[in-house]
Amino acid sequence: MSDIPAPAHQPFRLSMLLYDRRYRSMTIQVVVFILVMAAGWWLVDNTIRNLQALGKDFNFGFLFQRSGYDIGSPPIPYNSDDTHLRAAVVGLLNTVIISILGCIAATFLGTAVGIARLSNNWLFARLMTIYVEMFRNIPLLLWILIVYALLTEILPAPAAYRGEDPEWSKILFGNVALTNRYTAIPSIGLTNDPGMLDLGFRIMINWATIAFAVVLIGGWLVRRVVLNRAQAAQDRTGERPTTWWINLAIMTVPSLLLIWYFGLHLIQPELTGFNFSGGLNLQNGFVALWLALTLYTGAFIAEIVRAGILSVSKGQTEAAFALGLQPNRTMNLVILPQALRVIIPPLTSQYLNLTKNSSLAIAVAYMDLRGTLGGTTLNQTGRELEAILLMMLIYLALSLLISAGMNAFNARVKLKER
Amino acid sequence: MKRSVFLGSVAAFVAASGGAALAAEGDTLKAVQDRGELICGVNTGLVGFAAPDASGNWTGFDIAICKAVAAAVLGDPNKVKYVPTTGQTRFTALSSGEVDVLARNSTWTFSRDTDLALDFIGVNYYDGQGFMVSKDLGVTSAKELDGATICIQTGTTTELNLADYFKANNMAYQPVNIDSNAEGEQQYMAGACDAYTTDASGLAATRAAFADPENHVILPEIVSKEPLGPAVRHGDNNWGDIVRWTLNALIAAEEYGVTSTNIEELASNSENPEVQRLLGSSDDLGAMIGLDKDWAKRAIMASGNYGEIFAKTIGEETPIGLARGLNAQWTQGGLLYAPPFR
Amino acid sequence: MSEMHAETVPFVRDTMIPPAQPPELQSGAVKWLRANLFSGPVNTALTLLGVAIIWFLFSHFWDWFAHSVWNAGSLTECRQIIAERWGEGSRGACWAVIRERWHQYMFGFYPPELHFRPVMAFGFLMVALAPVLFSETVIIRRNVLIVTTVATLLLMFLLKAPMVWMVFAAVILIGSVILAERRVSRLLVFSFLYPLLGVWLLWGGSLWGPIMVLVALGLGWAAWRLLVGFSPLLAMIAGVLVTLGLWLFAVGPAASDARSLLALSIIPVDSDQFGGFLLSITIGVAGIALSLPMGIVLALARRSDMFLVHTLAVVFIEFIRGVPLITLLFVASLLLNYFLPPGTNFDIILRVIIMVTIFAAAYMAEVIRGGLAALPRGQYEAADALGLDYWRAQRLIILPQALKISIPGIVSTFIGMFKDTTLVVFVGLFDPLKGVSDFVRADINWKGIYWEPYIFVGAIFFIICFSMSRYSMYLERRLQRDHR
Repeated sequence: MSDIPAPAHQPFRLSMLLYDRRYRSMTIQVVVFILVMAAGWWLVDNTIRNLQALGKDFNFGFLFQRSGYDIGSPPIPYNSDDTHLRAAVVGLLNTVIISILGCIAATFLGTAVGIARLSNNWLFARLMTIYVEMFRNIPLLLWILIVYALLTEILPAPAAYRGEDPEWSKILFGNVALTNRYTAIPSIGLTNDPGMLDLGFRIMINWATIAFAVVLIGGWLVRRVVLNRAQAAQDRTGERPTTWWINLAIMTVPSLLLIWYFGLHLIQPELTGFNFSGGLNLQNGFVALWLALTLYTGAFIAEIVRAGILSVSKGQTEAAFALGLQPNRTMNLVILPQALRVIIPPLTSQYLNLTKNSSLAIAVAYMDLRGTLGGTTLNQTGRELEAILLMMLIYLALSLLISAGMNAFNARVKLKER
Repeated sequence: MKRSVFLGSVAAFVAASGGAALAAEGDTLKAVQDRGELICGVNTGLVGFAAPDASGNWTGFDIAICKAVAAAVLGDPNKVKYVPTTGQTRFTALSSGEVDVLARNSTWTFSRDTDLALDFIGVNYYDGQGFMVSKDLGVTSAKELDGATICIQTGTTTELNLADYFKANNMAYQPVNIDSNAEGEQQYMAGACDAYTTDASGLAATRAAFADPENHVILPEIVSKEPLGPAVRHGDNNWGDIVRWTLNALIAAEEYGVTSTNIEELASNSENPEVQRLLGSSDDLGAMIGLDKDWAKRAIMASGNYGEIFAKTIGEETPIGLARGLNAQWTQGGLLYAPPFR
Repeated sequence: MSEMHAETVPFVRDTMIPPAQPPELQSGAVKWLRANLFSGPVNTALTLLGVAIIWFLFSHFWDWFAHSVWNAGSLTECRQIIAERWGEGSRGACWAVIRERWHQYMFGFYPPELHFRPVMAFGFLMVALAPVLFSETVIIRRNVLIVTTVATLLLMFLLKAPMVWMVFAAVILIGSVILAERRVSRLLVFSFLYPLLGVWLLWGGSLWGPIMVLVALGLGWAAWRLLVGFSPLLAMIAGVLVTLGLWLFAVGPAASDARSLLALSIIPVDSDQFGGFLLSITIGVAGIALSLPMGIVLALARRSDMFLVHTLAVVFIEFIRGVPLITLLFVASLLLNYFLPPGTNFDIILRVIIMVTIFAAAYMAEVIRGGLAALPRGQYEAADALGLDYWRAQRLIILPQALKISIPGIVSTFIGMFKDTTLVVFVGLFDPLKGVSDFVRADINWKGIYWEPYIFVGAIFFIICFSMSRYSMYLERRLQRDHR
């Protein structure tokens, strides 16, 4: 190689910008840059001229005006006297809540169904296949509407719980009332209430909640220390000290003490007037959206899990059986950890899809970000440019957060790889 | 390659079909006449007001306004293109020039007229928000709805009125904000809400379609004023005048007893000078708004005068069965009062 | 043998015992049941659960399906008929609404006398796809084409298509069947022309528009041909410029001039008359056809060494993937008017197609990027070693393999996009699921009908999407066998 003479130094010519590999990529990038800037300038210029022609401005001031509309069961205190900004925050919180709960539930359902499809029970495997195919091939919007309508049709109005001999009675030992409006569950009451911590913006947290959180996180940390020491002991002596009762105690005793101290008890939902009150009413729109998103995304996750499990070679299972591991321990200790590497990247995009699909919430009266900021606020103020851009940015930020979180998780799972 | 061909053909197609819609700015009348078609923004489907039938023909109370304007401007009530708009897209469609007139049961409010840069040209239906409840509930007044669950359609003034009403009466309620009328009705019928609230006209239509209309009552309280009217873009006053006076012509025609059956006769031999001016048999009012003499005559002939339209689409003879109420002529104790044609 | 040993061996069996039946519990249905349904306590529980689910669904919904009414003019009439036939208080499905409004679910407001045109366009679509999708086996291609031909002609006949069109369709369809038997690659010409033909058939108008588009393309090709010996890059730029310039400035006037000489026109249909599945399929097919090339370009850009190109591709893809489709549709319907020069106002369906295409392309880019990444490094190096330039290497070596790997992902993106076309209802278009259903329910006759339209539309979506996914699985299996 080295004795090939270096090409004679050529003087720079204009055509080299196109034909010389050294310069060509530079040329292309410069051209692309100019084109992009020109397009961007064109769009902005058009927008400014259009806004002028319509006599509108680009102004987020509307966010601080009175919203004037109510939202059912807001996660933070909200009423029609609050600003559009607060309404948007309520919507955002609703989106976040449904996304997190949906992702968790869909993961469990998807994993269970993915494994069930591989089960040797003929009937059940077929049923699961039907479920997966049904949900994957019919639009989500239809499923949301169907689940919502089923909840509405099958369950009774709260009035059915009224009277001496009601048509319906509360399930789960008289704790939960299913109605066609909401699921009424008990709320938690405190006899020894420590009061609220005011976070500002009328958002309050009960000190008891903080105490429980501290105790649980502390317990978890202590448990890790105990487990690490047990591991060290095992490494040293070959014998693992029994830890389960210490762990159990660490996790439960402080909580029990707190429960006793604060006088924790359940407040039963009671039918007063038109509706149940006292407890917590989970709106059907929320339940339906949660169920539909879970079932829909679960079907996709089931396929991902199944593919992930099938990607682990048969020899791994056989080796695990040869070592005498039970089938469920084989699944937990051998197959799933390996399958996880295949599963996580597509799982991430399912989480993203679920979050974005939650924007169909308006079809079932769940006021998420699209229902508040991109719905009623947009409608009442007529600020479509600002509202939609803001909404897109928020969704984008949510998606990037999820991606970042899942990538971090993926990196952790990958480290175990040899 | 396949893609570029397709894009090209699409581009050509746009050039051909979109060219007509290009002249949205400025002179709407000229744009409409050049196009030979009126573009009318309507509801995606609201019983009695705007809905396509099995053969795709749009009918309804709002549709009749579109037809009247088309007849006045273009001479043919069928030269209308209906653009269905949702609660969210309606005002943008108008201000961006996608539609010439918005006849979509929209409430005339201060901020819409000013901040959204629309011009409401009048009122074609005086509505008000009411409540419907099931009879077994035993409720006789909206004031007894404290703590109730109420189904409501989002994106309308209804949402704001409801909040104001309950706040003013110091009552609590649980809103179920649904985006389509059909889903809301479904919820109400299954008893998932104690009350359903929307404009009283909508309530009547909804109730009429129930299997058991006798088991539902519309409460006496009307909690808001909902003057529904057609709107045009702010700034093109001549076009606004045309639409405004077309509506007024329909109302005036009823007042003077001009109907689609006797209009030819009255045009030639009416004694009433106002009718003569209206129908173009004496003064040439049409020229003042850039139309010909017979504009109002054609508008009335399109689907009849206001009363005829009302009777045909939402009146007591139809399944919707709305009484004239506020929408009667001022001479009959209603609010309809067309300014003089002079 | 047996005679020889007769003395020494006391007993030799000279006939085989017929094989005994396995024990009762180990054979036939019982064994199958034991192995597949009741092999253990968990399995038994699952089986019972499965049976319970089936029974629950059956007992709750069967009577509703069994009491179906197909002939009625309104929901009230349906209710009466159900009450008469199956007794007061029984429930039943009122499919009469589908019977009366099926054409709106299928075609929206497309003029009824022209319904044959979308059918024909759809039939031709299958022909155009044949050399691309069904090129693997003769038998499948033959079956697909024959079924398409028969079904299209039959449907056109039922929709009362005029004789001229019947003959036109018959010539093209039967011609394609014959051509496919002999030289299937010739059909590619038809696939190439199909976009123009399809657009013309669906939207109508003058044939001169598509012809002029083709002529401009031909002129662009000629320019490329003239200059290609001189400099390939210059030739490409010239070809593109000529084509685009002609499309932008010359095609419209030329077509209208030609039209004034000879009309060659069929009845035009506006976009706002599209609705139902016609709308879904139009948006879906256009989105699919446009998003695949765009996705390939994006994927290549994302893998590019050039920093700026790479960054732009990443930003674009992540932005589009990070926001819900519904916000993009809002942009199409509410914001596009702000971003374009004042007074511009183009077709809402076209705007929606553009947005759906962009959305699908971002997903497609990620799928194809996966395929590109899965390709062994050696393939790239081999292409370089052969001295191929970038585009040749991509076209001849990299992309064919990468696309094959990504077929399942591509098809599931297609399915997702097709399902997402139901969201156009939120910008006021009549999608079959909610758009058409909502206005059908705005008719006083059908007010209050709920489940029937949803079930009908859901079933059709299921059939289309399910067959697409099955086809992709078939394709995947075929291609796998070829390469192992």
